[in-house]
Amino acid sequence: MAAAAFALASFGSVALAAPGPWQLNMERGASTWSPVPYHLNNISLAVCTVIGVLVFGAMFIAMFRFRKSRGAVAEKWSHNTMVEVVWTTIPVLILITLAYLATGGLTTWADTTGSQMTVKVTGYQWKWRYDYVDYMGKSIDKVGFMSKLDSQSNQTRQLGSGMDPFAVKVGDENTYLLNVDKPLVVPVDTKIRFVITSGDVIHSWWVPATGWKIDAIPGIINAAWANFTTPGTYRGQCAELCGQDHGFMPIVVVVKSKADFAAWLAGQEAKSAAPAAAPAPAAASTAAAPQATAQVVAVPAHGSKG
Amino acid sequence: MSYAATHDQHDDHHGAPKGFFQRWCMSTNHKDIGTLYLVFALTMFFIGGSFAMLIRAELFKPGLQLMEPYFFNQLTTMHALVMIFGAIMPAFVGLGNWMIPLMVGAPDMALPRMNNLSFWILPFAFILLLSTLFLPGGGPSGGWTMYPPLSLQSDSLAYVVFAIHLMGISSIMGAINIIATILNMRAPGMDLLKMPVFVWSWLITAFLLIAVMPVLAGAVTMLLTDKYFGTNFFNPGGGGDPVLYQHIFWFFGHPEVYIMILPAFGIISEIVPTFARKPIFGYKAMVFAIACIAFLSFIVWAHHMFAVGLPLGAEIFFMYATMLISVPTGVKVFNWVATMWGGSMTFETPMLFAIAFIILFTIGGFSGLMLALVPADFQYHDTYFVVAHFHYVLVTGALFAIIGAAYYWLPKWTGNMYSEFWGKVHFWNSVIWVNVLFFPQHFLGLAGMPRRIPDYNVAFANFNMISSIGGFLFGATQLIFIGVLIHCVFFSKKKATDRVWEGAKGLEWTVPSPAPHHTFEVPPVIHDDELAHGHVND
Amino acid sequence: MQFPGQHDGAKVIKRNPRGYTMGQQHDAYFVPAKSYWPFVAAVVMFTTVFGAAHWLNAEPGESGFGKTVLTVGVIGVLAMFFGWFRSVIHESMGGNYNHQVDTSFRMGMMWFIFSEVMFFGAFFGALFYIRMFSVPWLGGHGHGTLTHQFLWSDYAASWGASAGNGPEHIGGAFSTVPAWGLPLLNTLILLTSSVTVTIAHHALRAGHRGKILLFLGLTVLLGATFLYFQAHEYMEAYKELNLTLHSGVYGSTFFLLTGFHGLHVTLGTIMLAVIWLRVLKGHFNKEHHFGFEAVAWYWHFVDVVWLGLFMFVYIL
Ligand code: HEA
Ligand code: HEA
Ligand code: CUA
Ligand SMILES: [Cu+2]
Repeated sequence: MAAAAFALASFGSVALAAPGPWQLNMERGASTWSPVPYHLNNISLAVCTVIGVLVFGAMFIAMFRFRKSRGAVAEKWSHNTMVEVVWTTIPVLILITLAYLATGGLTTWADTTGSQMTVKVTGYQWKWRYDYVDYMGKSIDKVGFMSKLDSQSNQTRQLGSGMDPFAVKVGDENTYLLNVDKPLVVPVDTKIRFVITSGDVIHSWWVPATGWKIDAIPGIINAAWANFTTPGTYRGQCAELCGQDHGFMPIVVVVKSKADFAAWLAGQEAKSAAPAAAPAPAAASTAAAPQATAQVVAVPAHGSKG
Repeated sequence: MSYAATHDQHDDHHGAPKGFFQRWCMSTNHKDIGTLYLVFALTMFFIGGSFAMLIRAELFKPGLQLMEPYFFNQLTTMHALVMIFGAIMPAFVGLGNWMIPLMVGAPDMALPRMNNLSFWILPFAFILLLSTLFLPGGGPSGGWTMYPPLSLQSDSLAYVVFAIHLMGISSIMGAINIIATILNMRAPGMDLLKMPVFVWSWLITAFLLIAVMPVLAGAVTMLLTDKYFGTNFFNPGGGGDPVLYQHIFWFFGHPEVYIMILPAFGIISEIVPTFARKPIFGYKAMVFAIACIAFLSFIVWAHHMFAVGLPLGAEIFFMYATMLISVPTGVKVFNWVATMWGGSMTFETPMLFAIAFIILFTIGGFSGLMLALVPADFQYHDTYFVVAHFHYVLVTGALFAIIGAAYYWLPKWTGNMYSEFWGKVHFWNSVIWVNVLFFPQHFLGLAGMPRRIPDYNVAFANFNMISSIGGFLFGATQLIFIGVLIHCVFFSKKKATDRVWEGAKGLEWTVPSPAPHHTFEVPPVIHDDELAHGHVND
Repeated sequence: MQFPGQHDGAKVIKRNPRGYTMGQQHDAYFVPAKSYWPFVAAVVMFTTVFGAAHWLNAEPGESGFGKTVLTVGVIGVLAMFFGWFRSVIHESMGGNYNHQVDTSFRMGMMWFIFSEVMFFGAFFGALFYIRMFSVPWLGGHGHGTLTHQFLWSDYAASWGASAGNGPEHIGGAFSTVPAWGLPLLNTLILLTSSVTVTIAHHALRAGHRGKILLFLGLTVLLGATFLYFQAHEYMEAYKELNLTLHSGVYGSTFFLLTGFHGLHVTLGTIMLAVIWLRVLKGHFNKEHHFGFEAVAWYWHFVDVVWLGLFMFVYIL
């Protein structure tokens, strides 16, 4: 049955950087924590499949054995305290097990202490902003940039563009709607704390390879952490309806080795040092200057007449 | 008291009034009002379904096909609002109106005029809601959950808020009526614990409605004042919090989803014993389970908000409470199976829908349980996995139960039998295509497709196309349903007997088919063995 | 008490006496006659909200149309209430409403009040959430450390005048209404009015018409006084305290809670006044006075909500 195929597909999964065609199950992810939801998913699916087989099995047997056309005569009984107690207790025990597993995973997720790096993520209609706050205990100055849908996807996705989504590629990989002009770059094997907020409406920052998503809420900071285990390019999307281009604000995280990352960061710092003498360009320089964004926050919605 | 003197002004006790306006707009008759509700719900189901067809057409393949994203968002929002408040809820109220007085031996609802008002508010509320689609700024496009600040950007907010106020007033009055009918209008001898499970389920649902519809009204009122009157409930700059809206909304929203399933549980608990020819297994446990689910529904709301950044303790509490709901729900599923066990079953169309309900609702419940596990929900949240979950519980749950109920009681309503052949054609097509429609959405969600998007990466192409094809065929199948209904009401030659189904028990089967305009003007004498649940204590 | 032979031709169905009644009264079923009022009600409600929505949405210069529709709608609603209740009163005076109908009305009113409680619950819930969570979090307490650190580091959370309007101090500096002035007086007024309405009720059951009129009239006056003081308080808030609807969440919760309550007091006062007139016309007797009781319940409910407000909005 479909459920069985579904269960089977649970096993072959590898660390995917992006979704694949015919993909049936959740991916294991590429961070230290991401196996938690993956395993919970598989375990709870297996539990449900077993219960389903038992319950539906019993039902099909009943439908076969106790049909009028086979001459079945209805019994008169209508309760049995013993079985009722049993089928109330067993689910409780199963649930306790699941709850135990989930609680453990959740507790590690919630612990952002001991992080070696902080990145501030701000959602806007319809792009993301990344500001590097600190790395290895050292605060970073003025490294930050906007990240929005790449232009090839953007042209293709216009209504009546006549362009083929299947032709949007980076190398072999189809990146239609999953690519950006400037990805977030982070080091591997580093506990990175993300502090996430928004400049207008609620968005949600989601890279499946991290195993979690969390809402970007104007005026509020949410925190979560990820520690990537393998270098690579990981893709995700905004996961909270945020207006007309909600489907068009992808997220790309490029995970580099520590050395490569250090080089990249130095390059960025050098770049921002030069033009920094000039007055800060519009929205682009909120790096490590959190108060500056506070002014932007939450104004738009309240600007309406009235 | 001069009642006799004006007797000539009355309706004929056994006939319906003649004039169209008199009969349908001025009605105080629970059957006519029930019919109005049901016809309205069916109309709305088709409107909401048309929106869904457009959604599926847009999602047929990657690339924008038909519409701008903004319009797509309006479709998603309207689809949900129309289906929930226009189709599913009014359908249940219609069934309640028709059947509750018949089932408890009352001549009508307790407050018949208010009943009429409850209904007539609805068409106007939906005119208001749907008219926004033709406004310059378009209809609401922030999803049916209307989260601020996004929803505050919409020009149609005021229309939507007022439409929701109207629907709320309608639901509250409808619920008050149902409670008063059940508690006050039962025929002598119809003890609470002899009532059909359907009546019980509605009693509890009505309580939920009265408790949470005003909360929704409060939530949207705050949206209104935040947008138009300068309040700051949802603005952190002013000390508020957008998340506050979500708390209030889901305090309504979660009980709301049980409002859409508890009457369905009631219906299934009527149909299964009838066609198994065996009393329902564990009547008291069934009633108690409904009450438990209703109670728990008040303390699980934040499971829709696991990704908003709640404190750890809150996440854990809401996860546990949510998981607990599986226990009473499981009791219900097991008891239905136990009712079948040892029965003498036949498989007419209502029974087929009931069986499909039990299986497919349970699958939807399973995915609900998976969603309840917080770390896993971090991945599932706002993906098509959620969409798959709630369509299993809503379409193959609530909707299938309603369709099953329609087949079950149509002969009683119309006096005619529907075509069993076409009923089965409708059933098999529905059950196959609905799975083609919604099952692949689990895969899409797991692979990472967010919900509420008009376009997607090509990796999601295959399952979306399958889902769309299933959607079109499921939609087309519903045209068969219309055919069956029209045939049954107007053309069917086969007359129904009073009892209609061999194994049917309960007061509603003791009145003629079609049920006369007025029934139980004299309270019926109740014999316990005529009731479906007359001997629960044995 | 007799009422001239008005009749809407409702249906009263006599019940065959049976041996048992299971605790429910079944002297007769009553099913009211057809009526156009519900349909009219739906139409005027629609007109009202359609006009209101249109008005809210209008561009600054073009508010005429929505306002007109709204006005028509409101007049329609008032006319509808008048007409509908008139026919109900006629039926009631015609003696059509038996014990069962009475019980249905009672249940209806009780559950309606319950729904009102839940409506206020939403706003009280918002108040508690704001005071216990959102404002402290913005100030860096508990769960809000990072929010404070990254976004609002110079905001010191507190309630009331000092920081109740949030980190952006929306609406500017303001002062709060001291609890022990007018609000205390209003509390005493409402409490007294609950007593007077109860005395009127006892008088009704004892059949002392004069006493009913006196104490019911007092209740109406007390309600009106309450409203007068509240209007006064609002004006003072706006003019002298700079406490407005716009004063951050403090202003939002203050005005919406007290405002919705004030609206309910207004309704209650009007209903009490109508009941007073009906007493004057001799509509009620010792046994049959559900209309009176319904309004009295409503009044007590409004009173209890006020106590909650006094406690959580003014004192704490
Ligand atoms: C009729 C409607 C209905 C019903 C009945 C349910 C039932 C349940 N729902 Fe669902 N839900 C919705 C409608 C419904 N839901 C909707 C509309 C949304 C999305 C709203 C939106 O965002 O737009 C949603 C979203 C939703 C979420 C949020 C997902 C997200 O956005 O991230 C969650 C999370 O916990 C959830 C959980 C559950 C659970 C645990 C149940 C349980 O009640 C299910 C219990 C049933 C069973 C478990 C099966 C039977 C039991 C057994 C056979 C016993 C043995 C079983 C075990 C021990 C496992 N639902
Ligand atoms: C009670 C509820 C209910 C019901 C019955 C349905 C029924 C259906 N739903 Fe709906 N749906 C919701 C409640 C419901 N839905 C909710 C709450 C949401 C969330 C909204 C949000 O995110 O805010 C949602 C969202 C939703 C989405 C996700 C949209 C998005 O995230 O962008 C999709 C996509 O496939 C979808 C599809 C369908 C389909 C194909 C049906 C089908 O079952 C419909 C079948 C019926 C018909 C088709 C009508 C009858 C037939 C005709 C009109 C004949 C003509 C048709 C043909 C010939 C093809 N729904
Ligand atoms: Cu940003 Cu969706
Ligand atoms: Cu829920």
